[in-house]
Amino acid sequence: MNVKGTVFKFGDNVDTDVIIPARHLNIMDRTELATHCMEDIDKTFVSRVKKGDIMVAGRNFGCGSSREHAPQVIKDSGISCVIAKTFARIFYRNAINIGLPIIECPEAAEAIEDGHEVSVDFDSGRITDETTGTSYEGQAFPEFMQKIIKAEGLVNYINS
Amino acid sequence: MGMTMTQKILAAHAGKESVTAGELIEARLDLVLGNDITTPVAIREMGRFNDQSVFDKDRIALVMDHFTPNKDIKSAENCKCVREFAAAHEISNYFDVGKMGIEHALLPEQGLTVAGDCIIGADSHTCTYGALGAFSTGVGSTDMAAGMATGKAWFKVPSAIKFNLRGKPKKWVSGKDVILHIIGMIGVDGALYQSMEFAGEGVKELSMDDRFTIANMAIEAGGKNGIFPVDEKTVEYLKEHGKRPYTAYEADEDAEYTAVYDIDLSELEPTVAFPHLPENTKKMSEITEHINIDQSVIGSCTNGRISDLRAAAQVMRGKKVADNVRCIVIPGTQAIYLQAIEEGLVADFIKAGAIVTAPTCGPCLGGHTGVLAAGEKAISTTNRNFVGRMGHVDSEVYLASPAVAAASAIAGYITAPN
Repeated sequence: MNVKGTVFKFGDNVDTDVIIPARHLNIMDRTELATHCMEDIDKTFVSRVKKGDIMVAGRNFGCGSSREHAPQVIKDSGISCVIAKTFARIFYRNAINIGLPIIECPEAAEAIEDGHEVSVDFDSGRITDETTGTSYEGQAFPEFMQKIIKAEGLVNYINS
Repeated sequence: MGMTMTQKILAAHAGKESVTAGELIEARLDLVLGNDITTPVAIREMGRFNDQSVFDKDRIALVMDHFTPNKDIKSAENCKCVREFAAAHEISNYFDVGKMGIEHALLPEQGLTVAGDCIIGADSHTCTYGALGAFSTGVGSTDMAAGMATGKAWFKVPSAIKFNLRGKPKKWVSGKDVILHIIGMIGVDGALYQSMEFAGEGVKELSMDDRFTIANMAIEAGGKNGIFPVDEKTVEYLKEHGKRPYTAYEADEDAEYTAVYDIDLSELEPTVAFPHLPENTKKMSEITEHINIDQSVIGSCTNGRISDLRAAAQVMRGKKVADNVRCIVIPGTQAIYLQAIEEGLVADFIKAGAIVTAPTCGPCLGGHTGVLAAGEKAISTTNRNFVGRMGHVDSEVYLASPAVAAASAIAGYITAPN
């Protein structure tokens, strides 16, 4: 599987409260919920993001609450992949469980800049900054997690 | 190679002789927890399973605590959805207004979490039950749905950091100060993907309430879980509350740790985490600036237990909350609330000019009952001080112990009790 898109770059410790503020957590409609994605860190994000775009961030992305609404709104906003130096562990689990592709790659997360065009090959873990022509080797998922991601989430995986 | 305490519990629940860090396992669950925010999403996911029955109606706990008593129509609809699910599946541990408390104060009190358990909860502070010597960790709603359906969850076996505690904390130094000190020392991702195992002779100087507070905030250091050894205090607590037999696991003497920290509890001071990360800690003696506050919140799954309320009441008794400060006290459960009334603590708070509310997560996550406006500052015994956590993105939260939050409410600025 391959994705390609424009990068939205964020810093370290992007927490779930800024990804989707708790005041919106009683919204069950996913389309409506996604209109609040990243609202408390970048109010312009939802108006600028296009289907296929890529998020790049620093350390401990998704720290804080266990709310699955966080990876869900990122996925529903159109983001095709999140690249970070590291992910907070509950966010990591949740992203896999709902089928949002994520990749840990400190070198790519450091070097890739906001607005760059980036492509990701999930089978090889290769991340390419098309703007600079530089490639990076992201950490491939263990086979078990790849199966869940390929099934587009844990529910389909358990059903299959 | 020996196993850590966490690894031993995981091995037992995976039906294995031993496990090693990094190994992927499937473990049997003793309890699956959800609240009014995460359970509706889990119910929606469960509706997609081929088999929609629950694995054990007595091993699921659903607690309506975040936006309750229902703050608005959407929250009411979400609770209704959970209530109907609980009724349809005859969930025995469904806690609604009147019975509910803040989940992580409530479940140990109800005896639903015991030593040796393997527990998941769709709430990040599920790590609280590590205080009892259980493996307990936060997950999302899909994991909760899978847990409710199958009674199992997948885990990557964590490595561990050991915290060797010694000495006795000084007066007005509590579990909150211990964990804020640790998070300040290792950072908000200092224990990422790892267990935080607490050990040493200093453990016996910590009350069960202190241990709940410390384990509760393991997630604030990125930890998968925090865990305490089972000692006399744990056994006493489990005798009083526990509804199931427990198993006390011990780490092997040759267990491997990625790091070992020695902490002398007698050297700690009241500690405050400044905005906007729990790692931005300062000891009270290092705070030189005068920080006026608009609100003081005493409660939450971190610090809403009876010893927290006793500490706050002891500071506030006979005094008055400063002008321009709103002081909100939130007992963690109905039983704690009643005990606080019977001990006269509620009277102390009300006479001082504080309000005492029903148990709820409310202001901790900017939900209700104490949301901040732009530019406002709160001192709070809760667990997170992220941007916008308690309300407006331009508000600020300072995390501290109940004694410090109470003293600050009286003074009108951040300070420790005399």
